[in-house]
Amino acid sequence: MAKKSKKKELDWFDHPHNIRRLRTGFYIVLVLLVLPDFFLHKHHLFSTVESWPGFYALFGFASCVAIIVVSKMLGNLLKREEDYYDRR
Amino acid sequence: MTAANLHPSVLLFAGAALVLVLPLWGRRATILLAPAAAFLIITQLPAGEFWHYTMFGFDLSMLRVDKLSKAFGYVFTINAFGCFLFAQHLKDRYEHIAALCYIGASLGAVFAGDLISLYLFWEIMAITSTFLVLARRTAAAYGAAYRYVMMHIFGGLCLLAGILLQVEASGSAAFDGFSLQGLPTYLILIGFLINAAAYPFSTWLSDAYPEATVTGGVIMTAYTTKTAVYTLIRGFAGWEILIAVGCFMAIYGIIYAILENDMRRILAFSIMNQVGFMICGIGIGTSLAISGAVAHAFCHIIYKALLWMSAGSVLYMTGKSKCTELGGLYKTMPWTMIFGTIGALAISSFPLFSGYTSKPMIIEAGVHEGFFWVWLILEIASAGVFLHAGIKFPYFVFFAKDNGLRPGEPPKHMLAAMALFAFICIFLGVYPQPLYDILPYPVDFHAYTLEHTLNQFQLLAFSALAFFMLLPLLKRTNTISIRIDWVFRKGGKAFYRLCQWTFDGINEWANRIFAREVPSLLARFIDEPCGNLQKYGYRLWVEASGIADQQEQVSRRIDSRSRCVAYPVGVGVLLAVVILVLASMLLYLR
Repeated sequence: MAKKSKKKELDWFDHPHNIRRLRTGFYIVLVLLVLPDFFLHKHHLFSTVESWPGFYALFGFASCVAIIVVSKMLGNLLKREEDYYDRR
Repeated sequence: MTAANLHPSVLLFAGAALVLVLPLWGRRATILLAPAAAFLIITQLPAGEFWHYTMFGFDLSMLRVDKLSKAFGYVFTINAFGCFLFAQHLKDRYEHIAALCYIGASLGAVFAGDLISLYLFWEIMAITSTFLVLARRTAAAYGAAYRYVMMHIFGGLCLLAGILLQVEASGSAAFDGFSLQGLPTYLILIGFLINAAAYPFSTWLSDAYPEATVTGGVIMTAYTTKTAVYTLIRGFAGWEILIAVGCFMAIYGIIYAILENDMRRILAFSIMNQVGFMICGIGIGTSLAISGAVAHAFCHIIYKALLWMSAGSVLYMTGKSKCTELGGLYKTMPWTMIFGTIGALAISSFPLFSGYTSKPMIIEAGVHEGFFWVWLILEIASAGVFLHAGIKFPYFVFFAKDNGLRPGEPPKHMLAAMALFAFICIFLGVYPQPLYDILPYPVDFHAYTLEHTLNQFQLLAFSALAFFMLLPLLKRTNTISIRIDWVFRKGGKAFYRLCQWTFDGINEWANRIFAREVPSLLARFIDEPCGNLQKYGYRLWVEASGIADQQEQVSRRIDSRSRCVAYPVGVGVLLAVVILVLASMLLYLR
């Protein structure tokens, strides 16, 4: 999220307490983003599930986990050493 | 002819000719002025067809101006200006000439009024762009350039065959929406899709672009695939097969980008992913979808060039492009990091950045048509874009593990080019109306509704959460991933080896039989022709009669007679005469 635009000093990201602060800020942002869903009446396109609070949050999270896991599995199949094509 | 309908390509080709002769300062000015002048020319072009000429008995036109071709013309020239600003340090005439001709040819392809003119520029693009890869002058670049040009020659031949059949079938070389589905249009479609890097013709892109030069890579990202997008819009809008092709590309690009280690190759895969969105929009084919595809192509060209510029700056300053060797660069390249992150947010269609005002048009067009699967796949792909291009690229290059590199910022003109494009990314994200005004169809689309913006923020923020939670799974490794080109590359080697085995085998066998065994057999026979004949005849007789008791004595007697030269030369002559007589009798009787 806003993680990358807050740089002040040249080694700002090397300090564990700054990372901790960033992480806390990030979690607060996540909560704030889902909160309005409980008060808004949302439209849905294909199914009523979409208007549940936090649907897009869950959707984004689940998609990314799925993409990473699937890529990881395919990676076992597809990854090769860098000189793979140069060897005979 | 007035300045009003000067062909914009001419300016770039003229620029290329000037670069050949001018000194350095003149070259620097020319590469900036040529695209700027072309941009001004395009703004002044009236709608219509110009530059008519006759070839093969067809009335052809090199300059067709309408909203669609103009929209691509604008972004091509704006991008060219930024890319050449980025390339101001480059003294190499040859690379600038290749780049100017390549951009000129892609403008020519976009403004071509018929299939034959299109083909002409199409091939110039393929050839000139190859030089931008070759200019890197490494063994890997030469290999990639070879595979690149082979694939494009194949694509060009498909296109040519399709055009010839189409002209034969329809009697005209017009290039408008194709309605007839048949061999000619399928061949043309394949030719276009190869340039769009659609699966399974996709590997040339991720293969060649990351091997191109620092500036060549930035320039190449825009033109080949987006010219293909333009031609697909022109010819194949509403062909539903393109929806499937586009959805597949969108997911394919993400998965490979996640596995990739080279930062420029990550960005190359994300081009496929983004072009997938556009092709999907072309397949949907409604006016909103087409406008969305054009708008997305426009924004994509700018933010993708920005991303490649930031990656190019890193490569230029450090000489490295593997994520495993980079990291921690925010300390000494803060501006490059900020500009790269702006590009990353734009490609992720983060609200207030340009991707957000274009990509959702395509998804919404799919929703209007009731395509549930399109919506589902494109939303998953949207989350995935943020994952691989939005976070992974800046995180592993500028943050993550510090590898001790302290390169410093790139030269000022590179920062200026990045600043220009970063500005455009934010400008179009905040105020997209100028972009909507140049689209081929009037657009009634509002990106910034509270609900839509909130949904998008949630989608992206929780994608980021997933990224950081699963970071251990995303650890970079020094590997490459095999793609469909495995079939050509390993298959090519296997075919070579098969040929080697087959033909060398035949060669070896023939050598053994005809060069060694038969002559030695003959030599042995001719050494003692009479003795050998007698021995052979006697052996036959022994086998037939079964009387073998005197075998040794007889053969010894034959040998001794041979040794004593009991048969004079005359016997040999006699044998020859007998054989000749037999042969001529046989021939005569026949």
